[in-house]
Amino acid sequence: MSDPAPTSRPDVFAPWNDPNQRPLIQFQNVTKRFGDFTAIDDLTVDIYAREFFALLGPSGCGKTTLMRMLAGFETPTEGYILLDGQDIGPVPPNKRAVNMMFQSYALFPHLTVAENIAFGLKRDNLPKDQIAARVDEMLRLVQLQKFAARKPHQISGGQRQRVALARSLAKAPKLLLLDEPLGALDKKLRTDTQFELMEIQEKTGTTFVIVTHDQEEAMTVASRVAVMDHGKMIQVDTPDRIYETPKSVYVADFIGDVNLVEGVATSHQKDGKVQIHWAEGKEPIIGTPMQPIADGTRCTFAIRPEKVHISKEHPEGKTNIMQGKIIDIAYLGNLSTYHVQIPTGEIFKAQSANTRRIERRKFTWEDNVWLWWSETAGVVLTE
Amino acid sequence: MRRLTWFNTVSLTIGFAFLYIPMLILIIFSFNESKLVTVWAGFSTKWYGELIRNEAFLDAAWVTLRVAVLSSTVATVLGTMAAYVMVRGGRFFGRTLFSGMIYAPLVMPEVITGLSLLLLFIAIGLDRGIITIVLAHTTFSMCYVSVVVSSRLVSFDRSVEEAALDLGCTPFQAFRLVTLPIILPAVASGWLLAFTLSLDDLVIASFTAGPSATTLPIKIFSSVRLGVSPEINALSTIMIAIVAVGVIVASLMSKNAIARQAREEKAAAQT
Repeated sequence: MSDPAPTSRPDVFAPWNDPNQRPLIQFQNVTKRFGDFTAIDDLTVDIYAREFFALLGPSGCGKTTLMRMLAGFETPTEGYILLDGQDIGPVPPNKRAVNMMFQSYALFPHLTVAENIAFGLKRDNLPKDQIAARVDEMLRLVQLQKFAARKPHQISGGQRQRVALARSLAKAPKLLLLDEPLGALDKKLRTDTQFELMEIQEKTGTTFVIVTHDQEEAMTVASRVAVMDHGKMIQVDTPDRIYETPKSVYVADFIGDVNLVEGVATSHQKDGKVQIHWAEGKEPIIGTPMQPIADGTRCTFAIRPEKVHISKEHPEGKTNIMQGKIIDIAYLGNLSTYHVQIPTGEIFKAQSANTRRIERRKFTWEDNVWLWWSETAGVVLTE
Repeated sequence: MRRLTWFNTVSLTIGFAFLYIPMLILIIFSFNESKLVTVWAGFSTKWYGELIRNEAFLDAAWVTLRVAVLSSTVATVLGTMAAYVMVRGGRFFGRTLFSGMIYAPLVMPEVITGLSLLLLFIAIGLDRGIITIVLAHTTFSMCYVSVVVSSRLVSFDRSVEEAALDLGCTPFQAFRLVTLPIILPAVASGWLLAFTLSLDDLVIASFTAGPSATTLPIKIFSSVRLGVSPEINALSTIMIAIVAVGVIVASLMSKNAIARQAREEKAAAQT
């Protein structure tokens, strides 16, 4: 287990660890109800300037409602939302220094690409030459100079996505909201665009809040990820900590692939490690909890498949060894996930990189193999 | 090109015969030399000449045109506003009642609409003339406009309006700069529909027209009661021609627009 204390390297962007930083956005006990349905449930969170903040969760978890409240299309039922220390609850969307990129892009079909980008600037009654200069700058930023005179239906999906981005950035908002911005793009274009988004975010220094249900996307682009469920933020943390040190079974299970084993903890040694008794007559699993836990606590041991080693021979001098039989192999090209059934029936997933060609692989279906992992590879969860 | 089966050929022939034989006969007899409508006495265009010299018909045509333009314009403004509130207004109190009531004139017998309007005009002491016909036509054609416009608004991506607000538009600016241009085709076809309904209307106009203003349908109907004259045939032929040209031009325009859009989207997909 890595040290949970914040890293001390000064060049790392982590304003949430600096008590002197003033957050750009503050949600203070915000609740939003639609009739009987509570979309956001007493939520408090701070988002800092220049952050790329991802709201991640299943559909209906409240992430879109949260974003629409920031844009001004919904008002909180209770609580306050502060932007730069000022309550923006009563401010209508057209008076907020917040712009949004819509999931459907919401381009104006009757206007050209350039007119779409200029739309927000014209509302500010800027002089014509300033508008033209800014539109040019935006077109360059998203590399669409050649398409300025086209209408939205005359360009491809990826280009429309860029127009939407340029239009929402044109007014240089304090905060840019992105609602599933890459949802309509195919996988390859999406990966490219994720890096472009990050580059543009760094270049413009704008604070981004992105809504997504794609965990890979959230992990790639975000400085911090908020995992949401039922109108609450279950965990707000950097992508690596969300993945490596989830605080609850929900987060561990939602992000990536995981093996979960339920059991009862008893303390093992002085170094804070615990034994988890998870099945009658089985060797207990040895794990390292983040906080000390009392003997007899019910807990869940979670370990990522890539941290489970798989070998044909009995691993000598290792802990947490299990024997089993391969019942399934998910071949992903670069990786393979082996589903290994141990004699008591439980299935463990172990993942390894395919560093050799397939015909030289050491094991296949129905092979007996050994699984093992180190004492610090997994997390012990009590929530 | 596929060849039609004999069954399809027959059904097509019967269908078109039902629709167009009456009009065809009317058009043919408008070029009849004889004053007798049912006896063919050779080709002539003299009834068209007669028509141009007939002051009463020209007056009625002028009244009809003015009523149609005025009432369809007012109905389009009111109908679009009603549609916008119905579709965008959210669930305000009495919404179901209002949306039900707005469609009531569609199913209400025209005689009843006409009669109730007549009683209203008498009650408030409004002299019957062009104004009353315009008011009456606005009343019943407004709901048609609202139906056409609201069906467009329902299929309209709400987030486009939200994007306009987000970029700094007031709600009214968002409507004027974004919503209206996008729904304009529906608004235009609503206007055309209201215009045609007003041109066609006989029942409501005859209740609300006064001695000072007679519309063309009323004029035609009252002169037919004295006997069908070839002049009426000529007038009707002109009306058919105007409507046909309008329909053909409109369909060609929309066909071209669709073809152009398809071509441009294809080009966009290839870039």
